[in-house]
Amino acid sequence: MTGGGSTRDPAATMAGVAGSDPQLSVAAGTDASKGNQSLNTATSNDQGALSPWGKFVRKSPLAALILQRLALSVALLFAVSIMIFGGVEALPGDFATTYLGQSATPQAVANIRKDLGLDQPATTRYFQWLGGALQGDFGNSWASRNSVSEQIGKRLGNSLFLAFFAAIISIPLAIGLGMLAVQFRDRLVDKVINVISLAAISLPEFFVGYLLILFFAVQMGVATFPATVYDSMGLTERLSAIALPTATLVLVVLAHMMRMTRAAILNVMSSAYVETAELKGLSGLRIIARHAAPNAVAPVINVVALNLAYLVVGVVVVEVVFVYPGMGQYMVDAVTVRDMPVVQACGLIFAAFYIFLNMVADILAIVANPRLRHPR
Amino acid sequence: MRLRSIPLSAWVGIAGIAIALICAIFAPWLAPHGESEIVGDIWAPMGGDFLLGTDNLGRDLLSRLIYGARTTIFVALAATVLSFSLGMLLSFIAAVTGGLVDQLFSRFNDLMMAIPTLIFALVVLAVLPQQLWILILVMAVLDSTRVYRIGRAVALDVAVMEFVEAARLRGEGTGWIIFREILPNTLSPLLAEFGLRFAFSILFLSTLSFLGLGIQPPAADWGGMVKDNKDGIIFGISAALVPGAAIAILTICVNLVVDWLMKRTSSLKGGRGDA
Repeated sequence: MTGGGSTRDPAATMAGVAGSDPQLSVAAGTDASKGNQSLNTATSNDQGALSPWGKFVRKSPLAALILQRLALSVALLFAVSIMIFGGVEALPGDFATTYLGQSATPQAVANIRKDLGLDQPATTRYFQWLGGALQGDFGNSWASRNSVSEQIGKRLGNSLFLAFFAAIISIPLAIGLGMLAVQFRDRLVDKVINVISLAAISLPEFFVGYLLILFFAVQMGVATFPATVYDSMGLTERLSAIALPTATLVLVVLAHMMRMTRAAILNVMSSAYVETAELKGLSGLRIIARHAAPNAVAPVINVVALNLAYLVVGVVVVEVVFVYPGMGQYMVDAVTVRDMPVVQACGLIFAAFYIFLNMVADILAIVANPRLRHPR
Repeated sequence: MRLRSIPLSAWVGIAGIAIALICAIFAPWLAPHGESEIVGDIWAPMGGDFLLGTDNLGRDLLSRLIYGARTTIFVALAATVLSFSLGMLLSFIAAVTGGLVDQLFSRFNDLMMAIPTLIFALVVLAVLPQQLWILILVMAVLDSTRVYRIGRAVALDVAVMEFVEAARLRGEGTGWIIFREILPNTLSPLLAEFGLRFAFSILFLSTLSFLGLGIQPPAADWGGMVKDNKDGIIFGISAALVPGAAIAILTICVNLVVDWLMKRTSSLKGGRGDA
């Protein structure tokens, strides 16, 4: 359990552990090790007749592993789409009845259901929905009758804009602080960073957000709240509008990423070859540059990708706090009025981003692992 | 275990948790006013008659905070206990049985974890009626995926040990192996995990309540109280920050204890220290 006292997004923690510690490898590791096994069987058994896939695996195992991981992600996304659609179908509660409330006569309910296309069988609607979603059409919102894709098109850009700036600030900061903590391990600097990051992990996003609003927007008046952005805004105006939401996101992700970076580097530093290098009498800098750093790159990249995945989800709460017109706000509003097409579309897009970033993390881990690079 | 060996940070954490628990258990006796009783002006400042001021409807903030401790802790604890029972049972069954059952459970778990927890909860809560037991159940099921993953990893380590093999050869059933052989030997690392899940549950519940999808008014709950009072922030009224701080402090306290437990279990195992 290398993750330390991290409470937020345990998936990231565990997968981070899996990336750096083969014993616990469940998430990132399964694919790699599974690929490995099939690799072994392919090379040992199929001496005579090789299937085209077997040949391909033998020739370029790395590409084969990456292809496997890609295929897994596509399958996963497909399964998730079934879960999001099917889950909504299977669960009790009917929109038409809720929508009409007291005046839900059977006739009115039937009319609404027909209007929304709910009278068709679920499988038909699923394939219609999936086909539309693949072409970028998510149907119309039940509540406002507007096109969902149009709304998402505007809001997704806003959300990504926010997440992008949070990422380019937090990533270098987290890696720098993590390395600082390793450098001064078990000394005062490390302990201070440890306690502060532990506290920061425990803070809910909305608390951090309102704290920043109270200080910077209300009392000092240097920042704007609410963080509204519109199309005609210039880049500088836009940036000043998202200053506080970005700061909130950075604070929330930073602590987590820093702790995971520290754990990943420490893991490498405590390995046998670093000890050997120390005993050989190499200088500290040389050990870090030549022995530790190349091996720490993979887990650190993994940590970054996983935290970016968290960032995409973290925007939901932050957008609600700052009344920022992004995907998260859209989804939460839709959930409160039970506007299912919007909820499904947002859910699928968020899940797709999450799956994509997790996949990138795994693929980078595969690429960075020299043991998988050469055919045996 | 000697009391003196417990570090200061852990003591702070234990004290914080104890205070929150006392508030939760003895809420009706400790709170100066009723849970949803309107006692004064809207957003009265701190100090004076009301120690922490009043909220957006003129209810005493301190009283609501104390009652809120009850709701928040109860729901978070119930969800954690449930998710732990579910996750551990399934993971132990998977680890002991192996084969197809293990594959089936694990792949399904991977699928559940491929969707971010908050997004999953939003989708599910959009459909289900807003009731307390449903909220607890949704939180528990979503969280049990994390417990399952760790539980399986820990149980797999134990399941291959000689004493489990001996029990199998003795002819003990799966139930015995799970509860009498594996459970006692995995309890200590899972205890730290329990704390971690509990802290996560508090944050998760508060987030859901803050988004208006968790505990419904008029019941007091810390996340919901932030939501109620958030409009005051623009006027410089800090009423929303008080319950927010309560959430933060309780989570920090739980984390401090967990941190100590983790260090303790890893040093017991002769592990890599604080890595």
